[in-house]
Amino acid sequence: MAETLITKPSPLPATTPPHVARRRRRKGGLVNLLYMPALLLFAVFTVYPLINGVGLSFTNWDGYSPEKAMVGLANYTRLFSDDTFRMVLTNTVVYGLGSTLFQQVFGLGLAMALDRPLRGRNAARAVIYLPVLVSPVIMGTMYYLLFGYNNGAFNDVVTALGMDRVAWLSNSTAAIAIIVAVNTLQFVGISMIIYLAGLQSIPSEYYEASMLDGARGWKQFTNITLPLLQPAFATSIVLNLIGGLKLFDVIKVMTGGGPGYSTNSVSTLIGVVYFDNQSAGYASAMGVVLFLMIVLFTLVLNSLLNRHRLEA
Amino acid sequence: MHLSTNRLFNAMVGVVLLLAALIQLVPFYVAVTTAFKPIDDRSSQLVPPSALFFGNFLTALNQGNILRAVGNSVLITVISTVLVCLLGAMAAYPLARRLTSLNKTVSLVIVGLIMVPPLSILVPLYTMMNQLHAINSYWGEIAVMVTGHLPLAIFLYTAFMRSLPLSIEEAATVDGANTLQILFRIIFPVLKPVTATVIILSGVSIWNEFSLSGYLLAKPSVQTIAPAIGSFFSQQSSNLGAAAAASLIAVVPVLVAYLFLQKYFIKGMVAGAEK
Repeated sequence: MAETLITKPSPLPATTPPHVARRRRRKGGLVNLLYMPALLLFAVFTVYPLINGVGLSFTNWDGYSPEKAMVGLANYTRLFSDDTFRMVLTNTVVYGLGSTLFQQVFGLGLAMALDRPLRGRNAARAVIYLPVLVSPVIMGTMYYLLFGYNNGAFNDVVTALGMDRVAWLSNSTAAIAIIVAVNTLQFVGISMIIYLAGLQSIPSEYYEASMLDGARGWKQFTNITLPLLQPAFATSIVLNLIGGLKLFDVIKVMTGGGPGYSTNSVSTLIGVVYFDNQSAGYASAMGVVLFLMIVLFTLVLNSLLNRHRLEA
Repeated sequence: MHLSTNRLFNAMVGVVLLLAALIQLVPFYVAVTTAFKPIDDRSSQLVPPSALFFGNFLTALNQGNILRAVGNSVLITVISTVLVCLLGAMAAYPLARRLTSLNKTVSLVIVGLIMVPPLSILVPLYTMMNQLHAINSYWGEIAVMVTGHLPLAIFLYTAFMRSLPLSIEEAATVDGANTLQILFRIIFPVLKPVTATVIILSGVSIWNEFSLSGYLLAKPSVQTIAPAIGSFFSQQSSNLGAAAAASLIAVVPVLVAYLFLQKYFIKGMVAGAEK
């Protein structure tokens, strides 16, 4: 057991008899038992469902009856002729890309503001970051108090100005924009903190040297700040994109996916199709598409951002 | 001249930051004014209440099952977070110290698991939990929460352990310590900073979890706080005061923790994000 702990791979001397070498290697492997509980959990609660989900996506199962029949690719062909699903897929991409874009713009802007020696900046940072820690369900509930039709705070302002009440959340385009805005405001703190850490890791000598060369303001920003923030961009963008594509809580609370199906994301639609429409096979196919979509977006983005980093 | 334009610019930046902070506080402000007004008070929610009214909090506590839900959330969050730390640190040790090709593959697969969206496996997971009689059970929810939060924890622990010097472990080996002794007596005590990060990331996320918990724990007696707020809100859409009061009750524990441990929260989140 003891030599398992010396982990530098020490090649056994040529004189070691084969059976001793084999025993040592086996003993060395014993330490791997330490990750077995974790692997067991992954196997039972993630990998098995993932594989089983692919299997179910080829069936017409309703979710509770003991019978189900194989239907081949029918669920997948149905997905791509289903207008509701196409709309929901578009919504999901809008939620993902929309929140990612705004979180980068505002997150970087706020980080650059906080990077200046201002009084009270720690308090500002703490307050802007605060919503990150609050459940999106609660943020959604609180924002509903602002956007509600009959007693929402914004409509109070609107009627006080002598205009008609606005149906903020029952217009699907407006509702989608509001959901993106709420998600952006809630999690902009994450991007802000990542960019702030990135900005603080840029040595001030770079700026001083470029000042001597006559570079200022915008030029310094594009030539020094942006290229050196590349790792922070990669981290923040991937994190926000995965979060946006998985969006669930805020939608459920603020619109419930409505009006109709018009503000659902793939995540929220899966629950509806499974429990309300009792189409478990079809919901499984949506799950597979959602998983593949996130893998694809992450891989493409990672390779784009990393290639960029090498060039920089 | 240059100095004064600089000062003007700083003042403008300060105003922008103040505005951003105020925008973030608006929903909290409106939740407070709404929660302290009786239902027949038709004044705007932007106007503070004329007198403090506590009826909404009583409604939330009595009808919304909020206290029970807070209790359930405390239980599930504490047990799951402890298990995430323990199993995560254990799993990370061989992955940090025994760099065989098998273990490198295991590490890669674990990082890949971070990408699986919870809702993408809703149908097969719910079906399996149903067969295991784990729906509406604490252990089922805890198992799913631990599994969901372990990949990031293992990743953070592995990175931290690789940065520790080998020499202490080697010395302990020479003194005849076995792996478990080394793990519990030498490694675990120095993991405090990374454990703080893991506790904050997992604890906040499990406390706030809504999507899976809402399906796995549907019965009111076992419901956790986020789904309880969600269902209370949808039942009470005409009584926004009670919904706001319930939200405030649920947010207080997180706010108090944040107030006292702010430094660790922000540092921990950065560490979690940058990996």
